[in-house]
Amino acid sequence: MAREWTDLFIVDGAGAPAPQPDPEPVARERLRDRFRRLRENMRKTRQALTSEIRETLFEDLSEETWERLEEALIYADVGAKTTAEVVAKLEQEATAGRLSGGEALSDRLVELLAEIATAGDDRIELRAKPTVILVAGVNGTGKTTTVGKLAWHLRRELGRSVVLAAADTFRAAGVEQLELWAQRAGVAFVKGPPGADPGSVAFDAIASARRDAADVVIIDTAGRLHTQDDLMAELSKVRRVIAKQIPEAPHETLLTVDATTGQNGLRQARLFSDAVNVNGLVLTKLDGTAKGGIALAIAHELGIPVKLIGIGEKLEDLRPFEPSEFARALVT
Amino acid sequence: MFDSLAEKLQATLADVRGRGTLTEADVSAAMREIRLALLEADVNFKVVKRFTNAVKERALGANVIGQLNPGQQVVKIVSDELTELMGGAARDLSFSPRPPTVVVMAGLQGSGKTTATAKLAHYLREQHGSSVAVAACDVYRPAAVDQLIKVGTQAGAAVYEQGTDRDPVKIAAWARDRAQSEGKDVLIIDTSGRLHIDKELMAELANIKLAVRPHDVLLVVDAMTGQDAVNVAEQFAEVVQFDGVVMTKLDGDARGGAALSVKEITGKPILFASTGEKIDQFERFHPDRMAQRILGMGDVMTLIERAESAYDEQQAAELERKIRKQEFGLDDFLDQMRQIRRLGPLQSLLGMIPGLGKELRNAKIDEREFDRLQAIILAMTPQERRHPELINGSRRLRIARGSGTNVQAVKQLIKQFDQMRKVMRQVSQGKMPDLGALMRQAR
Repeated sequence: MAREWTDLFIVDGAGAPAPQPDPEPVARERLRDRFRRLRENMRKTRQALTSEIRETLFEDLSEETWERLEEALIYADVGAKTTAEVVAKLEQEATAGRLSGGEALSDRLVELLAEIATAGDDRIELRAKPTVILVAGVNGTGKTTTVGKLAWHLRRELGRSVVLAAADTFRAAGVEQLELWAQRAGVAFVKGPPGADPGSVAFDAIASARRDAADVVIIDTAGRLHTQDDLMAELSKVRRVIAKQIPEAPHETLLTVDATTGQNGLRQARLFSDAVNVNGLVLTKLDGTAKGGIALAIAHELGIPVKLIGIGEKLEDLRPFEPSEFARALVT
Repeated sequence: MFDSLAEKLQATLADVRGRGTLTEADVSAAMREIRLALLEADVNFKVVKRFTNAVKERALGANVIGQLNPGQQVVKIVSDELTELMGGAARDLSFSPRPPTVVVMAGLQGSGKTTATAKLAHYLREQHGSSVAVAACDVYRPAAVDQLIKVGTQAGAAVYEQGTDRDPVKIAAWARDRAQSEGKDVLIIDTSGRLHIDKELMAELANIKLAVRPHDVLLVVDAMTGQDAVNVAEQFAEVVQFDGVVMTKLDGDARGGAALSVKEITGKPILFASTGEKIDQFERFHPDRMAQRILGMGDVMTLIERAESAYDEQQAAELERKIRKQEFGLDDFLDQMRQIRRLGPLQSLLGMIPGLGKELRNAKIDEREFDRLQAIILAMTPQERRHPELINGSRRLRIARGSGTNVQAVKQLIKQFDQMRKVMRQVSQGKMPDLGALMRQAR
């Protein structure tokens, strides 16, 4: 039920360029097979677990059922508010006799959660040339790694040419880090002199993309806490610089959110949105044990959808967000 | 922005005052608010249950008298209980009798290990005058070694690295030998971020521990971590039996409930708190401040602080009189410093309130500095404190010896104090001085 990369992006109908082949097709093929098998295995395990848990969760309908459900959702970091609403709704439907049996309840629960997770348009605009994607987030949430992965997928799955902008001019060796990712992903890279103004690096990257008729520019920014007013102002400034260059840009502004984040994620999303109008989230580090329920709270309270999920540290470990899959995993 | 838990509780317990004691019904109602507040603060669900049950016991039958209203009373009980839970016996790093002391930093990706490594190095150099080396054992993340070279050098530490093509366990062992032969006091080993469920990488961490026999293994935890903190801590505890925790990114507004959860579940103390971007924003962990933060007691002066404030009306009037009559002495100076120091837990919160001014945001008391000043003042006789102009050469020497400092430090204190007295005179004459200047002059 995984979502295709081609579904994630909004592109023009005809004339899409062919995906670019890799220099070593045979080795890649073997690797891809291995990963496909791995994904299959993981899916099987998860499905097995799901049916197991579903049974115990809705074994009998008592007060405990709703408490257990509440517990499960809180554990997933969905937060007290959204949890209360979901449980209340499900309890109401069950009491009204509209749902009978554990299976019906489970299905309806997943449906409800998936509905909430589907806030707004969860696709990424790619029609503009160049499309400018701005990536922001708190320190340590995985911005640079995500930028590298996204570039790779854009090149490989959609045959786009990509330019990466090293607008993180603060972090020690931040530019070097992104440069390495650009090399791994096989895409172009633009940086400024040490300590350069992030806005000017973004500007240069976009100018360079126009010159070389590149398709996408992805701008990596420095990690910052949403409570640092001066840094949030700096981020707004970067956005303004971009908008001045290309009126509709940035076409996409992604906020990286670590799946282990608790309720503070809501404040992060709110304040970053105030500064730069966030279109979508990248929920990172979902390969751990955290469920990333905070994304549900963000979708519910702020209407910002998750568009991508990060599931590891390798180039391949990025996937389009799939609401039902996510919803099911929340209560597994 | 920060709804005062005390206020919420007061609304819940509105009709208690007349009765004088808290009944079971009162306490249950209060516990619900507390439970919500703690969950909102990301304290682990199980820990919240255990905690509220414990508090319930204490709150039942508690006498509601004195200056605190029932809501405040309950919050105080909760705050005390939280502080106790997170404090206990304060622990410092374990130092080896024979150098080097080896410290291993571990944790999830993005938790802030490399930054914390540099900050710890800086802290140890400043606090203990230690010679420190840091070792780059993250060979996986692009440019991780470069990052440690930059921040480690900034911290004044020697950086040991062997690039990214060698086994981290071997690099760690090599670093330990080198630290020993170079006579370093401390070696801090920075490792790569790893998932607690990654068997291979957890085994690698266990092997690093075996290879270097560290005196301290520190788990680095991001303050914004939610319910998953417990899973992470449990696994790391099982595989590498870490000794303590470093909480990072506390300069954000995450309430930091993960701190309580980790302590409760693993019993390991939180040793350090990283509170900002700069390399010196790293300090010993204060359980009472964390307790207040978790409870979201973000009012500038919480209702409880006001009620308990040692600075009541009478004292204020007395101080004013002293300033006017220029009887303001070093005892009063010490008192003022103590007052400002008590603002400590709220200083980061103060900084977030718009309009309060940059001065207060930067009004931070250096703990060590304060201890030194206090020692000097206490080594003076009461008469010397009232009339510092009496202090001549031989008295200075005596005071210096008695406080474990030097004559220069004593001289400087008196000079600073004189400057402060001048400023105080301005205040008494109706001029409002620059608070920032006040703080700076007090250093």
